[in-house]
Amino acid sequence: MAEETEEGGLVFHPMDQFIVKPLFGDGPINWYTPTNVTFWMALAILCVVALLVLGTRGRAVVPNRIQSIAELAYGFVYKMVEDVAGKDGLKYFPYIMTLFMFIVFSNFLGLLPLSFTTTSHIAVTAVMAMAVFITVTVIGFVKNGAGFLSLFWISSAPLVLRPILALIEVISYFVRPVSHSIRLAGNMMAGHAVIKVFAAFAAVVAIAPLSILAITAIYALEVLVSFIQAYVFAILTCVYLKDALHPHH
Amino acid sequence: MEGDVVQMGAYIGAGLACTGMGGAAVGVGHVVGNFLSGALRNPSAAGGQTATMFIGIAFSEALGIFSFLVALLLMFAV
Repeated sequence: MAEETEEGGLVFHPMDQFIVKPLFGDGPINWYTPTNVTFWMALAILCVVALLVLGTRGRAVVPNRIQSIAELAYGFVYKMVEDVAGKDGLKYFPYIMTLFMFIVFSNFLGLLPLSFTTTSHIAVTAVMAMAVFITVTVIGFVKNGAGFLSLFWISSAPLVLRPILALIEVISYFVRPVSHSIRLAGNMMAGHAVIKVFAAFAAVVAIAPLSILAITAIYALEVLVSFIQAYVFAILTCVYLKDALHPHH
Repeated sequence: MEGDVVQMGAYIGAGLACTGMGGAAVGVGHVVGNFLSGALRNPSAAGGQTATMFIGIAFSEALGIFSFLVALLLMFAV
């Protein structure tokens, strides 16, 4: 994929960083082949475990740095679930905490130079979004029975409009996993591709200082975006959960 | 030759699809701007509403991401 152009323009393709490669050798990729995706996902999980398990092992009254980060993360997600999904949503707090920590660490690890962003692949985010979608739908039907369908039948709207609104609500309900997964993957992919495009411009002497400044600025933005996208993914899960627990508008 | 025309169409379409991102930019700016103007009128109530702001941003941003997806599909999948 890497090709030299004559003017010294793009020396590598900005999308090269998203290629899934086997970790050892060059063989074909089967479902059991350890790839760079496997590696960086495992690393993300290791980081979460290190932060939450090893960090809180001391259980100090005055927490050290790593313990206070773990406590802050826990408190942040706990408050988010409580505020958005309500008190009865707290039963599902572990699930949302798991999602949030995994996404936040995948995103941050992807920011390391030469690393691989697992969440930039729609295959990864689609599995998480479909899991959220199925979980929430099942919870909705188990908790409310057929009453869950009143989510689509807005009783506060005029009767004439209700069938049309119901159609729109049904469509928007089924688009949820699509937008949920593509939002995260798209943001990660676009941000990293932009960094790589500016990195390629750094090879052109005339604009190299400008492009290095731009990389720095965009990198800072990407750190922010990485966190915000994990937050948005978690908070939307809470919103969907709230809809499932209380479908009446 | 025919393949070239198809590819040209795909590339032009990908470029046109990117105009949708401008709409998402307007939407996100509108959400945050209105949040800010509301927050400056009543700063004590602003803290509790940041989550709502982020949900609004996420919903309007999703449509921009859809146009990005269409562009990617035209570039790599068609």
